[in-house]
Amino acid sequence: MALKFKGVDFIEFDTLLNDDERLVRDNTRKFIEENLVPVIEQCNRDGRFPKELIKPMGELGFYGAGLKGYGCAGMSSVEYGLMTQELERGDSGVRSFVSVQSGLCMYPISAFGSEEQKQKYLPKMALGEILGCFGLTEPDAGSNPSAMRTRARKDGNEYVLNGEKMWITSGSIADIAIIWAKVENEDNLIRGFIVETDRPGFKAADVHGKWSLRASVTSSLSLQDVRIPLDNLLPGSGGLKSPLSCLNQARYGIAWGAIGAAMACYDCSLQYSQFRKQFRDQPIASHQLVQEKLVWMISEITKAQLLALQVGRLKDVGKAKPWHVSMAKRNNVWMALECARMGRDILGGNGIADEYPIFRHMANLESVKTYEGTHDIHTLIIGEHITGYAAF
Amino acid sequence: MEILVCVRRVPDTSENEIQLSSAGNDIERDDLVYSVNEPDNYAVEEAIQIAANAGGNVTVVTVGSEEDEEVLRREMAMGANQGVLLSDDAFAGSDGKGIATILKALVQKGHYDLVLTGTQAEDGGAQVGGMLAALLDYPFASLVNAITVLDGGKLKISREIEGGNREMSEIDLPCVLSIQTGINEPRYVGMRGIRQVASVEIPTFGTSDLGVDPASVGTAGAKVKRTDYFMPVLGKGAEILQGSQEEIIDQLIELMKAKGGLN
Repeated sequence: MALKFKGVDFIEFDTLLNDDERLVRDNTRKFIEENLVPVIEQCNRDGRFPKELIKPMGELGFYGAGLKGYGCAGMSSVEYGLMTQELERGDSGVRSFVSVQSGLCMYPISAFGSEEQKQKYLPKMALGEILGCFGLTEPDAGSNPSAMRTRARKDGNEYVLNGEKMWITSGSIADIAIIWAKVENEDNLIRGFIVETDRPGFKAADVHGKWSLRASVTSSLSLQDVRIPLDNLLPGSGGLKSPLSCLNQARYGIAWGAIGAAMACYDCSLQYSQFRKQFRDQPIASHQLVQEKLVWMISEITKAQLLALQVGRLKDVGKAKPWHVSMAKRNNVWMALECARMGRDILGGNGIADEYPIFRHMANLESVKTYEGTHDIHTLIIGEHITGYAAF
Repeated sequence: MEILVCVRRVPDTSENEIQLSSAGNDIERDDLVYSVNEPDNYAVEEAIQIAANAGGNVTVVTVGSEEDEEVLRREMAMGANQGVLLSDDAFAGSDGKGIATILKALVQKGHYDLVLTGTQAEDGGAQVGGMLAALLDYPFASLVNAITVLDGGKLKISREIEGGNREMSEIDLPCVLSIQTGINEPRYVGMRGIRQVASVEIPTFGTSDLGVDPASVGTAGAKVKRTDYFMPVLGKGAEILQGSQEEIIDQLIELMKAKGGLN
């Protein structure tokens, strides 16, 4: 049944993009179509991250694509967004991997790192030769990261780190972890550290039994008296705003990525409804209730595209604020999850089988709704901005 | 080795449902998604590989308008060193010979050892490569599916012929080759490449830059003119089997046995 994915463009959205932006999107789409789509259902079934794509994605410049210099592609925010859209049309887990490598690991090194750290890590991370993970969330500190318990203590020429991190994408495959900890000798100021994962006392254990993001590695990290040189501190980091600025980068990519997942669900649902016949041998696409669902999906996808594009354009001129990104992440992930649920409904019983991508996207999007600031936390970020009252 | 690859922007047949225009002498071109002609993309990949192995420089060229610049940028992002756009109002409506005449002028303006084209344009008739070679008085080989650079200004080339056989030839440089799909595995366009070429100026040449007589190209010079465009009427070749799924399968098996497709 599956026909080639041709994109979802109801209002000539493409005319709002320039040649380079379309080129980035089309080439990422081609790569994903040829390399991820054929294997993703089996990966999802097996709970396997397709490691074989790490190197090719690095060669194509997917990692840290929005950063300039140090072997990074130097893309605009809109180009970066379109790239993540196509990655997530493939799978949220694989997009998560790229987002973590880029927005959560390379970005903080670029923003808060020393020149030596940038030279040492960024070019190899851009190629996927060094993989990173981001340790902020803890078992008892999720939406409120300021409650973190992980501590760093300066001891001679070293920092000693202790703590637990949870829900860490790529934790057990990473070569380095960006660990956020309160520094005891500095009034418990939150600072970022580059921790090589082969240091004694560092352990990563994978989370098993996930119903979501099965094609991505999720781990917990344990740091017990992990000693790192003073040079591993990200010197420019200081306070909760440092990790939050990383999250803002990744959230922006998610706002676009969710559109990709929604497009996959819409495309599959539309095709299915045109083939599937019920009642008087008519395609179910001719049924009013099915049309209502499809129209809802295409309308919400179209609105989400415009929202993401405008936030991207603002970001490219340095005017995107955290609440803009929050609105895009909150709205677009919600709409994608609703599209997936409606799509599952249109496919009836077939919707629960992994022959079709919808249920996988639906399960993935439950995680996407929660991570990088839950739907509700983004509500409060926008709420604080418009009312002036913080309601956290 | 200086290599020129002639590329073209064509409607992407995998992304479009091609329909006739209301006038009936063309396809409906509004809302079409365009991309690089696939065989041309193989030719560019081959050129990039030859230049990487034997040294040299790859130039991509297209005859068209500003909109066609996007395929030049795509191929440059893939690895071609530079692009040239040949554009002039006088070029519009050129037939195959007209396009070859325009390209010939560029080849003579530069110094190219090797000129590659795709085997054919997806919306064309495989005319330009051969005509270009003839106008330049260069040797020509078509349907090439392997190239080896030899010493002494020669190439060893392979061509697939009927029955899957391969014909091997030697050809003197400079020459024109039309490249068959499958000769290589074209690389993906990388994000770094796209950014690197984004700000590169692509020179545009018209009739006066190329020294082309406007009367010899475009509608004025075209001696082949398209007069009609239509979908053939469906023939009576198809038989629709009727009945339940099981009955249809039985009938199909019988038919395949009768035609010798099943023993």
